[in-house]
Amino acid sequence: MAARKPKAAGKKARGASKKSKLPGKEMLEWMYRTMVRIRRFEEAADRAFQAARMRGALHFYIGEEASGTGVCAALTDSDYITSTHRGHGHCIAKGGRLDLMMAELFGKATGYCGGKGGSMHIADLDLGNLGANGIVGGGLPIATGAALGSKLRDDDNVTVCFFGDGAAPNGTFHESINFGALHDLPIVYVCENNQWGMGTHVSDTNAGPGIVTRADSYGIPGVMVDGNDVFDVFAKTTAAVKRARAGKGPSLLVCETYRHRGHTVHDQAAYRDQADVDEWMARDPIERFRKTVTTAKAMSKKKLEAIDAEVLQEVEAAVEFAASSPFPQLDTLLQGVYTDV
Amino acid sequence: MDATKARTAANGETPVEQRLIFFNQALREAIDEEMTRDPTVFVYGEEVGVWGGSYNVTQGLLDKYGPLRVIDTPISEALIGGAAVGASITGSRPVVDFMYQDFMGIAMDQIVNQAAKNRYMFGGKNALPIVYRAAFGAGIGNAAQHTQSLEAWFTHVPGLKVVAPSNAYDAKGLLKSAIRDDNVVLFFEHKALYRERGDVPEGEYLVPLGVSDVKRAGANATIVSYARQVQFALQAAEQLASEGIDVEVIDLRTLYPLDIDPVIESVKKTNRALVVHEAVRFGGFGGEVAAQIQELGFDYLDAPVKRLGAVHAPVPFAEPLEMASFPSVESIAQGVRELMQGI
Ligand SMILES: Cc1ncc(C[n+]2csc(CCOP(=O)(O)OP(=O)(O)O)c2C)c(N)n1
Repeated sequence: MAARKPKAAGKKARGASKKSKLPGKEMLEWMYRTMVRIRRFEEAADRAFQAARMRGALHFYIGEEASGTGVCAALTDSDYITSTHRGHGHCIAKGGRLDLMMAELFGKATGYCGGKGGSMHIADLDLGNLGANGIVGGGLPIATGAALGSKLRDDDNVTVCFFGDGAAPNGTFHESINFGALHDLPIVYVCENNQWGMGTHVSDTNAGPGIVTRADSYGIPGVMVDGNDVFDVFAKTTAAVKRARAGKGPSLLVCETYRHRGHTVHDQAAYRDQADVDEWMARDPIERFRKTVTTAKAMSKKKLEAIDAEVLQEVEAAVEFAASSPFPQLDTLLQGVYTDV
Repeated sequence: MDATKARTAANGETPVEQRLIFFNQALREAIDEEMTRDPTVFVYGEEVGVWGGSYNVTQGLLDKYGPLRVIDTPISEALIGGAAVGASITGSRPVVDFMYQDFMGIAMDQIVNQAAKNRYMFGGKNALPIVYRAAFGAGIGNAAQHTQSLEAWFTHVPGLKVVAPSNAYDAKGLLKSAIRDDNVVLFFEHKALYRERGDVPEGEYLVPLGVSDVKRAGANATIVSYARQVQFALQAAEQLASEGIDVEVIDLRTLYPLDIDPVIESVKKTNRALVVHEAVRFGGFGGEVAAQIQELGFDYLDAPVKRLGAVHAPVPFAEPLEMASFPSVESIAQGVRELMQGI
């Protein structure tokens, strides 16, 4: 089971560790565990895919773990997120269960969506996860609407909208942020710039001086974030969430990061320059975390290894659960289309 | 199929070597030949250049024709749909890749309100030589937002032509005709067909839009279909032949303009018709075909026209559910058996 995330950010200040500017021990452990859960979960999914135990497409988040983890660390359990086709990491960081996720990837009846959705379509309203999305840019209006709903109901929740650099040239990006800004909605737009769409580089799809500068046009803060540094992500998201919760409106964060793998499990990513790949690999968010916390003596090697071992066990159990679960019964085919038909 | 098996040439005399190529390769040849023939033809869409198209249809074209004629666009579907209107009415011939049919929803205004109506609304003066290509269809685990069969939407909009080939030979000839057509043509490619081989001769040929094709002659029942389901229908026909049921299979190839005559001719002979598609049955294109058979061939029918299509649900991810959601070889064969019994 996933360790519970320490108390909500924003509503209650979190004590920083005495030794450094790092978050407290509980939060550090949660961050590390979350990033490792994402990576090991996807490595296991990759193995299952290669062994033909699942089908369709998988979009790996490996390399981007600090982004989703740092963002969700700043959220309460009742805050909302919308996710993307590359959504495993967001789901896990928002508290998703690996066994139910893995079963969904296997298309099993015990999965989060009863096998109806698969890798690209996992949602869990109980976790505030409003859903991954097969449509690039599809989540931006949904997230904006969730924030509108929070404002109407005055429920004190903030929505985080995750999207990629590939979605920033889509109309939904501009339409959503414009509306969010007009109405000072409690939302944080988080662009995860992993440098690539499918085989097109961000610089070949986005004109101008950078996605973050578009915030200026709508009069909201635009913040550059080191998306491979979970602490930078956490700090800047915390500030943006605080602002949103206070009724001061949206922010646009741009997390600079990198996907280690190809676009999908089928893609060898031959379009990338090896020097560039190497440079980004050297900024691996998990390695960086280990180095930072051990250097600062905020976490021991032993503790890190203990978490590693626990996560491995959790992932193994998830695969076991998925593999041994039944496929959905054919009589579920028409269930869930409507509430009443 | 056996690659060495000889094909008989048009004159019926000279045996010709078969040339088996993939469906996506056939499409690539069509675009390549048309780009060479006509310098106003150009290609754009998401990932058409460096990536070579999400199903490799445009592979190599960027190298051959350069970045002015093979353009990778951002993920901006409204722009992708609408830029074709501006480019075409001013004299270019865009071949546009929407990647997945599901994504065309984002461009619906540009396709339905702008492209489809431009010529008529402005007094019939403009030509809009646009081809909008998109992959569609289920069966490979792509889940609800990457598997739809939405062709009926577009047949409902005057001003659009709609094409959906069932094999590599037709795909190449139809795409070449579509590129040369001065109207807006939606060209739908079933994604499970891309890696299927078909016999495609060397050199130039066209398959005209708006001409249905009898893919198998038969005397007892008529199956009318298009795209991948034609392949299923042909396999079902083989099964049924061993049961003594002789099935005619008609491939519509183009949904609009619809060539219904061969269907009516067939029904005059077989007196029974089954219309099959992968799209959701309710409100699907099969309803139009069934209605026309009934209007034009009522006197010849020995049984109500039967329709098969997908269940009324989004396409589920889990394999057993997905496979049960749309017609299969087995359900088509069963459909014909029921048709024969008048069920
Ligand atoms: C509307 C739409 N257009 C195209 C696609 C196909 N597609 C899926 S992911 C992708 C690239 C997305 O890039 P980005 O938003 O940067 O996210 P990343 O994959 O890099 O995480 C494309 C073109 C899609 N799913 N939806």
